[in-house]
Amino acid sequence: MKRWLTTTDHKRIGLLYFWTAFGFFLIGGLEALIIRAQLVRPDGGLGVSAETFNQLFTMHGTTMVFLALMPLSAAFFNFIIPLQIGARDVAFPRLNAFSYWVFLLGGLFLNASFIAGPLFGADRLSVAPDAGWFGYANLTSRQFSPGPNVDFWLLGLQILGIASLAAGFNFVVTILNMRAPGMRMLRLPVFTWMTLVTQFLVITAFPVITVALVLLMFDRFFGTHFFLPSGGGDPILWQHLFWMFGHPEVYILILPAMGIVSEVLPTFSKKPLFGYTVVVYSGVVIAFLGWSVWSHHMFSTGLGPIADSVFAGTTMLIAIPTGVKIFNWIATLWGGQIRFTTSLLFAVGFIAMFIIGGLSGVTHASAPSDLQQTDTYYVVAHIHYVLFGGTILGLFAGIYYWWPKMTGRLLSESLGKVHFWLTLIGMNLAFFPMHFSGLLGMPRRIYTYSADLGVARFNQLSTVGAFLIGIATLIFFWNLLRTRWRPANAPANPWDGATLEWAIPSPPPVYNFTVIPTVTSRLPLWQTERHPPMTPLPDRPPAPIHVPGGSWWPMITAFGLPIIAIGALAHLIPIVLAGAGVVIVGIYRWAYEPFEM
Amino acid sequence: MTHGSTHAHEAHRTSMGVDSRKMAFWAFIGSECLLFGSLIATYLVYKGRSLVGPYPHEILNIPFTSFSTFDLLMSSLAMVLALAAVQRGDMKRGKLWLLITALLGLVFLGGQFWEFSHFVHEGLGLTTNLFGSTFYVLTGTHGAHVTVGVIWLLTLWIQALRGKLGPGNALTVEITGLYWHFVDVVWIVIFTVVYLIQ
Amino acid sequence: MSEQAHATTGTYLRVALILVMITLIEVGVFYVPAFQGVLVPVLLVLSAVKFALVVMFYMHLKFDNRFFTFLFGGPLLLALAVIVSLLFIFYGTVRLRTGT
Repeated sequence: MKRWLTTTDHKRIGLLYFWTAFGFFLIGGLEALIIRAQLVRPDGGLGVSAETFNQLFTMHGTTMVFLALMPLSAAFFNFIIPLQIGARDVAFPRLNAFSYWVFLLGGLFLNASFIAGPLFGADRLSVAPDAGWFGYANLTSRQFSPGPNVDFWLLGLQILGIASLAAGFNFVVTILNMRAPGMRMLRLPVFTWMTLVTQFLVITAFPVITVALVLLMFDRFFGTHFFLPSGGGDPILWQHLFWMFGHPEVYILILPAMGIVSEVLPTFSKKPLFGYTVVVYSGVVIAFLGWSVWSHHMFSTGLGPIADSVFAGTTMLIAIPTGVKIFNWIATLWGGQIRFTTSLLFAVGFIAMFIIGGLSGVTHASAPSDLQQTDTYYVVAHIHYVLFGGTILGLFAGIYYWWPKMTGRLLSESLGKVHFWLTLIGMNLAFFPMHFSGLLGMPRRIYTYSADLGVARFNQLSTVGAFLIGIATLIFFWNLLRTRWRPANAPANPWDGATLEWAIPSPPPVYNFTVIPTVTSRLPLWQTERHPPMTPLPDRPPAPIHVPGGSWWPMITAFGLPIIAIGALAHLIPIVLAGAGVVIVGIYRWAYEPFEM
Repeated sequence: MTHGSTHAHEAHRTSMGVDSRKMAFWAFIGSECLLFGSLIATYLVYKGRSLVGPYPHEILNIPFTSFSTFDLLMSSLAMVLALAAVQRGDMKRGKLWLLITALLGLVFLGGQFWEFSHFVHEGLGLTTNLFGSTFYVLTGTHGAHVTVGVIWLLTLWIQALRGKLGPGNALTVEITGLYWHFVDVVWIVIFTVVYLIQ
Repeated sequence: MSEQAHATTGTYLRVALILVMITLIEVGVFYVPAFQGVLVPVLLVLSAVKFALVVMFYMHLKFDNRFFTFLFGGPLLLALAVIVSLLFIFYGTVRLRTGT
């Protein structure tokens, strides 16, 4: 137990990230199922009140984006990146542990809002965040949201932002500075490349949401008018600041999945990735353009013809590097010796579903057509095709691919295939009809609709699809769990992969590599035209390898942050100061603790 | 390794040939650019939109703030001299310049405290108008950064007094310096954008 | 070998002198009525020069690894783009609203 609480080993932290994020994924999924059960028929199928419904969709969005998808990607960053670049750990192991604990505590803080009602003299299920996952002003003002709901949201996101920023600096430095000899930038596996690009987006985009949340905090706690027209403020500024973060955030969610797919497809086609360099540069271009499109979320606010045209143009431009990637993935499969493993099925599913989501995205890029789609279920369909059909299918591909490396145990392929087909059918049944209900005029975020709208049948299909996804996820959960009491059966390289993580045992020893390998090609384990496969590493390290011990201080420092947030929530300055004290003491002890790397 | 110091980390070869801590810190400073960039953007977007006074030209005190700016610039000078001394191994001068840097930082903070209380006295509170809100949040965030810097510098100074800071820790002093100079350049921008361009 | 070889105490003092002089010019320009028309561009240029001097000499970016310039300069340009585009969007729409 102590070894897990104080661990600074990137592999253990990766597993902690995985199980925590998977837990939040199940919670977010449960919220989605309640939402779908309520919408199964006109006038409400479950009798959920409007207030509860607002909390459910807000927490579903917030949980899936910040507590499930980002940290599931982070699980792979942690476990796989040091292995892929040939390092013994990340650049700052204790900072890495700190990121995890802050993420866990931030997630618990957010979800505590579901049961915290009685503390504020309210019912349970009444003080969870309820202003939507992008918290538009002035729904979030004290006037319209007097309870602690939005406070939970803004404080929770501040905490989670700290976790993401700390991890961002850590992985930028790890990838750039910890590479094994010979691992040049253009020899990095594409997953590592996309992680690097993602982390640059994190460290540039998160400060912007931090500022937006700080301004909102001042509005709610100290009576300023940053987003309140009554004092001259402009609610539209919130939208700008939020989406300046929010659009890069979309790429923070999708680029890691694109990286995973770029690893899985070559392995199971037995072909190098088609156009490696172009795929890498496309990722960089996507990230760069991702910073220049935020106002396409805001066409309906009336930006004026010039801004509308500029943002429509930049948004359409993004389709180019994205299309380039898709063609490269298809070309990788073309003529390959394809093995239809579960991982490959998910990767191919990713390509197909992401094309649908990408195309509906292009329809939003055109401002006039976007005005018809804004705030309808059409947008809900789009976001789920890119974030479920894209990110989650990509992450599933990664889980089936790397689970043997992470745990030493292979997942069942037959259960995996059931999982895949149920998920694919379920998601199309759930999300495809939303295009139609949206264009027929069903607004998003309503807890009931009238039978006269003519969308009842579409909603029924969506609900059936959502429950199919639920069943598929339970099967997947069972598949994960059953490996826990099975003997280790995974060889070092079960899929005949080409990258460095497959050169070491599954699961890897604590020091990862007995000898740090010297890299001479992009596919070190494969025989290529010009390069023989690298010589196997020795079974035992030739000299003792120093492994840094654990530390309590990352976790203790992390605990200060939710204490500060609880103090702010309860308007109790002494608790805020106590939390700050914990952080300060933690940082000093951390800085002066002997910790040899 | 860029430093010829005898350090336990000597054995570690890094791919970029630079120290990881320093690289992480530059990435952090890059991130801070967007933090202050967003705050400055908010200040500028709300410029001239206050519904009631006091307005900037009625209240901002240019001669006083010029002195604060001068003070912070001099603290940056003291900081580079401290770093140079520590790198030379001249811990006596190093200690002195570290203390002077921290004291100049304290003078700046004292000035900001005086300025804020004077403004409140003149009727400009945090919630009075948009100018007040954007002004206090922007300059307050900067002041919070200065405060962290002063505490950091004093920590190093105390370490030096106890003989625990030597040329082997030059990198720590250098990173502290990077932070301190960054806070200085942010003020250079704020001085121009908030005080001089009214 | 390292960046310390390039910057000396003399350099630091000269940079400090220039910084103080620019600040004096800035304040001077602010008070001279003749400059009111070009005040904003002049002040922005002077402030950018100060910014660059501190970053290049006191933060050693001029002598240090080029990559640090990218790590700092990239986000800095992004921050500038954020400020400029927000100003354009907000002042652009205000003009349109009041113009019609």
